[in-house]
Parts: sequence; C-alpha cells; structure tokens
Amino acid sequence: MPNVIDINRPGTGNLHKLLPSQGLALNRTQLDLTDVHYTVAGKQILSKVNLALHAKGITAIMGFNGAGKSILLKVMHGIVSPTRGSVHWNKEPTNAEHRLQQAMVFQKPVLLRRSVKANIDFVLKQRKSFAPATRNALLARVGLDEKYHVPARLLSGGEQQRLALARALACRPSILFLDEATASLDPASTAIIENIVHEQAVAGTKIIMVTHDAAQAARLADYIVFMDAGTITEHNPSHHFFAAPDSQAAKAYLDGRLFHHDS
Amino acid sequence: MQESAINIAVNLITQGDPDLYEIIGLSLRVSLSSVALSLIFGLTLGAALATGQFRGRAVLNIIINALMSMPPVVVGLLVYLALSRSGPMGWLGLLYTPTAMIIAQTFLITPLITALSRQVIEDLYLEYKEQFASLRLTQSQRIKALLWDARYSLSTVALAGLGRALSEVGAVIIVGGNIEHLTRVMTTAIALETSKGDLALALALGMILLGLALLINILLSSLNLSARRQAYA
Repeated sequence: MPNVIDINRPGTGNLHKLLPSQGLALNRTQLDLTDVHYTVAGKQILSKVNLALHAKGITAIMGFNGAGKSILLKVMHGIVSPTRGSVHWNKEPTNAEHRLQQAMVFQKPVLLRRSVKANIDFVLKQRKSFAPATRNALLARVGLDEKYHVPARLLSGGEQQRLALARALACRPSILFLDEATASLDPASTAIIENIVHEQAVAGTKIIMVTHDAAQAARLADYIVFMDAGTITEHNPSHHFFAAPDSQAAKAYLDGRLFHHDS
Repeated sequence: MQESAINIAVNLITQGDPDLYEIIGLSLRVSLSSVALSLIFGLTLGAALATGQFRGRAVLNIIINALMSMPPVVVGLLVYLALSRSGPMGWLGLLYTPTAMIIAQTFLITPLITALSRQVIEDLYLEYKEQFASLRLTQSQRIKALLWDARYSLSTVALAGLGRALSEVGAVIIVGGNIEHLTRVMTTAIALETSKGDLALALALGMILLGLALLINILLSSLNLSARRQAYA
C-alpha cells in the first residue's frame, strides 16, 4: 500500500505542515481498530474504540491515569486480546507475521539476566539476523558501545531503557510501540531516546507512544490520540490538539485540572 | 565417644581406607546420577507447569506437591514391587543393583526438583512474560531462555535434590539391599553399623557424609554469590 506522506522531512512533530491544507488523509491507514472493547474482572477498560492510524509518523496517546492508554497499546501490539472487536494491519487481521514486524519498549525495561551484548544477541538470533556488526551498530546507536560486557541489570535506569530500545530496534520493526518509555528518565537519557525515536520515524517506522509529557508529545508527535475512561475522545493532528483540543477532558488535561465526567 | 568418632573419621580418610572410598564413590555415583536424571525430568515438567496453560495443570501441581512429601520407604517399596522377579520390570534383573537405587532415588527426587523449579521459573516468567510475548517467542524459546536465566537459582534446586539423595536411606536399602562391595552406600553403612552397635564408626561415617554435603554447599554458594554480584541471579 503506498504511503500518502513523504516522511523524508527534516523533523518529526511537523507532519501536518507537509499535508494538504484540507487536513490529514487518514483514509490510508496501516493499523485499524474496529469496535475494540476490553473488559477484565467485570471492569470495562476499553470501550467502543475505533481508530485508524496512519502508516507513518509519530502518534502519541495521551490521557489521564487509568484512561486505558497502555492497554490500548498492548491490544494494538497483540499482546493483549480484545474482549470484542478487531485489529487490522493493512486491511488484514493482524497475524503472527505482522506481529514479528512490531516491537515494544515498556515503561520499566525487562532485561534478560545477561550481559548488554547478550541481550541484543538473543533477539538477533531469535530473528535469525545475528551478526556481530549489527549488534555493535545497535549498541553504538544507543551509546552503549563501551558496555558490551556489563551485566544488563547493573546499568543505570536510562542505560537500561536505551538497551531496551536497542533490543526493540533489533527486531527491525515497522511499528514501534513505546509505553511511557522516558517516564522515569533524566533529561539527557530522554533526549537520547527522543532523538533515536525521531530518526526511526524519519526512516519510516511508525511510532505509537503513550506519554504523559505534553511537551514531549508536542516535540515529537504528528498526531495525538486522547483517551478518557476507556474511550477515544479525539484523534487530531498535534498542532490542532495543542492549540484547541476538541474534548473537555483534553482541555482539562492540558490545563492540569482533574476532569469529572459530571462536570 | 565423639572424640573417638572424629579420630576414626580422620583415620579412615587419611589412611585411604579402600572400603570407605568405595562406599563414598558409590554414594556419589548413585546420588549424582539420580539428581541428573531428576533434573532432566523435573526441569522439563517444572518449566511446562510454570509456562504452560493446559487442562489439569492445577491438579498436576497438587499431585507433584503431594509427591514431594512421599516417604522414601514407600518409593522404595513401589520400585521394589516393580523390579522384583514377579513384578512388571522383573525381567530386567535390576533389583539389588546400583541401577535400582538410582531409579528409586530418581522417583524420590523428581517431584522435589519439579516443584521447586516450577516456583523458580514461574517467578521469573512473571517478570519476563510480557516481554516474551512482545518478542513473539515460541514456547520452546521461552523455556530455553528461562532455564538459562534461572540457572543459578536452579543450581540451588539441584543442590536440594542432591541433599535429599545423599541423605536418603529408606528407598535405597529396600531396592539395593545394602550388599557389601555392590550396593552399600554411606547411609546404609551407617544404618548397618548402628544396628551392629558400632556407634563410633557410624558417627564417623556420618561426619564424612556431612563433610561432603558441606563441601558441595560451599561450592554452589560461592557460585551463587558470584552470580548475585554480577546481577545474574
């Protein structure tokens, strides 16, 4: 399926500037969620989620705590099955082959109890693409090229998250999911990860990230999906969202106010 | 009596008593072989129980836990019945051989290895599960990764199995018969010397057995400590 957007631009977070003035052409999508519901222990976490995400660029999912953002990300990634509804990739139900082209970085990196290089080698071997040069390049890219033999669990929080990102990139993903990947990192580590995410988006990987950091979303994202109480209240270009959010919940969120549904 | 037991133990070891070394050698051979076999069966079953979702998993867990506390004499009796001349495996002619002792101890230790390894692997799997799902690992890839990453904790499980095997007497005396130069091991020798009233010799053998267990523990503890320092455990 041809992409409608030329992603080879100087920066991310500016996709809307390159789009036709009539608005985003969201008709050609890579990831479609149709009537997705997710219920656990009788509690509705996601409800009537219909979402069409563009093949390229960066989409940030925002919303209050408990809005269902992380679950939505996991449903898209296929590691949580929706109670009802479907997820399609390029108009086909997502299958094992599609999912091998996705990777995810979690808020708390889960690293194998092995050295830095062994963590990368594990994925490269699993994907049958192991080559020392590939591993070395990945580690150099995240600034861990001098820590090959260090046990992964002895790295700092920022280094662990960079290793988790390198491991995700070892999967050569078409879609990269980031679940608050920089939530507990210092500004330097956050900047390194943001730069890599930006480069990856420029190279053509679709980035779908959950973040509470509005400034980060404004810096990086082309689109914002805003969630409230398990539903999507808006899906707009980033500039539109930050200038004039459609929903009251999003306005309250950006103003730093709690939102009460009866208000 | 204790001092004379110590003297006897030291003398037996330093003088290179061939009978003693034969008994120690057989004890180690039987125990290590049964632990090795139990690790093959126990780790496989433990990993399957820890990572698999199948019907009867809960029931299997209960059975394994119950088998952990099965008295050794009962295991010995069951293996005896199976290997005795009129039993279903009698034609193998294994009764009163070290092989019979290994079989009995394997039956005895496998539930212990299974239950303990299931717990170790399950704890690690809870941590890795979401990441493994994200990486789309197959069941066998998951199990291999878990076994490798839990190897230091699993060495402690193996140690617990070895401890049980080395100290076990009920099953091996029934299926081995405590035959001199053939099936006599440390524990059965201690039982025999005690029954003969030679308490000093029995105590000396007991001290050697304790020393062996201590040595194996020190080795594995050093290994685990080193792994912990490297954050691999």
